[in-house]
Amino acid sequence: MHPVLKLITQRMALGVVLLFAASILIFVGTTILPGDVAQSILGQSATPQSLANLRAELGLNDPPVARYFAWLGGVLQGDLGTALTNGRDIAESLGGRFANTMFLAFWAALISVPLAILLGLIAVRYRDRWPDKVISGITLTSISIPEFLIGYVLMFFVAVKLGWAPSVAMINDTMSLGQKLNAIALPVAVLTLVVLAHMMRMTRAAILNVMQSAYIETAELKGLSTFEVIRKHAFPNAIAPIVNVVMLNLAYLVVGVVVIEVVFTYPGMGQYLVDHVSKRDVPVVQACGLIFAAVYIVLNMIADIVSILANPRLRHPK
Amino acid sequence: MNEQLQHMTREVAKGRMTRREFVGRAAALGVTAVAANAMLAGHAQAAAHEAPKRGGTIKIGSSGGESTNTQDPALTASEVPLNNLYAWGETLLDVDPEGKIEPRMAESVEASADAKQWVFKIRKGIPFSNGKDMTPEDVLKTMQRHSNEESKSGALGIMKGIADMKVDGDNFIVDLESPNADLPYLMADYHLIIQPDGGMDNPGAAIGTGPYTLEIDEPGVRHAFKRRDDFWDSENRGFADEVEILVLNDATARTAALQSGQVHAINRVDPKVASLLDRAPNLSVQSSSGRGHYVFIAHIDTAPFDNNELRLALKYAINREEMVDKILRGYGSIGNDFPINASYPLFDDTIPQREHSIEKAKEHYAASGHDGSPIILRVSDGAFPGAVDAASLFQQSAQAAGIPLEIKREPNDGYWSEVWNVQPFCASYWGGRPVQDQMYTTAYLSTADWNDTRWKRPEFDKMLNEAKSELDDAKRKEIYSQMGQMLRNEGGLILPMFNDFVNGVSNDLGGWINDPNGEMMSNQAAIKCWLKSA
Repeated sequence: MHPVLKLITQRMALGVVLLFAASILIFVGTTILPGDVAQSILGQSATPQSLANLRAELGLNDPPVARYFAWLGGVLQGDLGTALTNGRDIAESLGGRFANTMFLAFWAALISVPLAILLGLIAVRYRDRWPDKVISGITLTSISIPEFLIGYVLMFFVAVKLGWAPSVAMINDTMSLGQKLNAIALPVAVLTLVVLAHMMRMTRAAILNVMQSAYIETAELKGLSTFEVIRKHAFPNAIAPIVNVVMLNLAYLVVGVVVIEVVFTYPGMGQYLVDHVSKRDVPVVQACGLIFAAVYIVLNMIADIVSILANPRLRHPK
Repeated sequence: MNEQLQHMTREVAKGRMTRREFVGRAAALGVTAVAANAMLAGHAQAAAHEAPKRGGTIKIGSSGGESTNTQDPALTASEVPLNNLYAWGETLLDVDPEGKIEPRMAESVEASADAKQWVFKIRKGIPFSNGKDMTPEDVLKTMQRHSNEESKSGALGIMKGIADMKVDGDNFIVDLESPNADLPYLMADYHLIIQPDGGMDNPGAAIGTGPYTLEIDEPGVRHAFKRRDDFWDSENRGFADEVEILVLNDATARTAALQSGQVHAINRVDPKVASLLDRAPNLSVQSSSGRGHYVFIAHIDTAPFDNNELRLALKYAINREEMVDKILRGYGSIGNDFPINASYPLFDDTIPQREHSIEKAKEHYAASGHDGSPIILRVSDGAFPGAVDAASLFQQSAQAAGIPLEIKREPNDGYWSEVWNVQPFCASYWGGRPVQDQMYTTAYLSTADWNDTRWKRPEFDKMLNEAKSELDDAKRKEIYSQMGQMLRNEGGLILPMFNDFVNGVSNDLGGWINDPNGEMMSNQAAIKCWLKSA
């Protein structure tokens, strides 16, 4: 077996083991939280009798280990179960939410990743001169401001004052692509501002690191222009760290945007998860947690594989 | 509201008194400007009703919605599901903004002389949205679903006193274990939406007799409804062709959506921004004084709160005006340590108001002989908006009287299961109930599940029962007055303020009335309002 194939197989197996570990952690986490589903559903209006009735109906009287394995059995057969709180099929309601989350993450990534790398390259090209300083200044400022504040500021000026884009990014299936893009314009803008700096700084640092090497000097002595040197010689060798940080940010765009979802009332997975955590709806929390964990693991795996393929030393290990 | 104020609001409505005069004179009667305007708004708007317009889509932006919501009336507990319920369903009776009973599925109600048997005459020929006609059997099944052994309904407590229910021809008859003059108000509870076959087979099917049918149901995101052509009461409700309830839990997102015209009305405007929002040209802030109140509750069976002198010391130490000013920004009124205010029928407004007094607090504190150990007050932001700030104000004014109050912050998560009704002293809120009996029965009866101050007085229970069976309003008022004073002087309830319902309403929305029964016109704005631009 080719060592690269072996490595990839190993990573995948490890990913599956990690997923199991994550599911156990999430389950334990939800059981040690105070209060239970029945109490959360009925809230202040719970009476001992209605609580007991609801507990029995939801099967909360079974021991936790039995509940965990019952759920695991279902998942292995592709059945995520039904939500305890409203009796809906989890796979169905989660599917729509996941698609929305991916839609937002996709457009945010499509704009922010190329933009970040381009800005990083420009910053290297004009290193320590004013374009570098302006780019660094703006991106570092935007990453330092809490994302909800950027959201509110954009909302006030762009949505309320100018009326260019709606403040409520509530997309649905009946909307055309154009309408959807208009609806998500503000959240995409905020997310871009939030993730830009991290990727831009990493691109800049990684390429600058490579620029110290002897072969870059050789390339310069060959008479290549600075941009050519960066594009042909520096960037390919700096790709591993850049891909790593890009993947981390993509993972953030999928799993970490709950604040943006709340501010713009975007029907994504984050809000769905938070609602169910506060109601102790364990099957839904498990399902969401599993998907989030899977996204993280897969993206990190891709980053690993890309850095293996990009680095001859890892590609041909001794 | 006392009689003079009521007279004055009528004068304004008739145009005999200006708004400015009204606010000025109301202030002389001890009413804040915000409250005066709120009273006025309700009356003036009701008087200035223009003819409703039909068509268009009304969009409501509401907090209190989650992806865990269902359409099952039995499990409804927050605002978005409540708005949904009233869009597709109706109850036997409703409580109108003046606090009177409005017949809906029952066309009339009659009580036996001893108020033990109640006969509800059910309307005929009213179709459910599935095409079938509503029958008295459906009513009976609905009530059974909310009261049977397996019920997990929030209305279970209301149904407890019912001995027997039966159908007789067009009538639905309820026999009570003990007399209750307020049964019609209990039957107006929002859980008791009449469903075909009582919703026994599919409680969340959203089939009812209301003006709209559910088209899109995305819990935690939005709910869209379409008007029914066969709605029986289209003269009075269901003017818009479509209704959308959008879940906007973030306060800033709600105000931005209203300002940018994406929704026509929002609930729960943060009092901090209400006056700023009111300045926007295309909308107004509408508030109604309700029965909801923010409280600090002590278990009177637990030391040191079992000492009434200490409880009185705490009650005198709290600065009520300051709380209404700083926590509610004027959108509310001061409380008097019993859970009833002028929004309730049979309220006795001659009960003296307890004033903030450091001297009296000191006196009672000294008389209590408390050993000076810290008194722990548990609080979280989820107890009520501004609860932590209110607790700090309480701590400061208590300190001035030498009372060592210590604030312990608790997480929002689990507050209602781990702290409220468990710990001896904490912050909380009550939404209020349509009538005094229901409020007292829910939280101050010895046997009540939610007796969150452990108020267990046989003589109080006896008076409550007496008032229940008394059909003479003057006598009932007297009994309720005594009960209120008893609670005010000895109870574990420290009630600094009653909060107003503060809504933001677009100028395009017609028919808005400030309803003391609940926010968003008691969650019926979508079905009772219309679009002026339609």
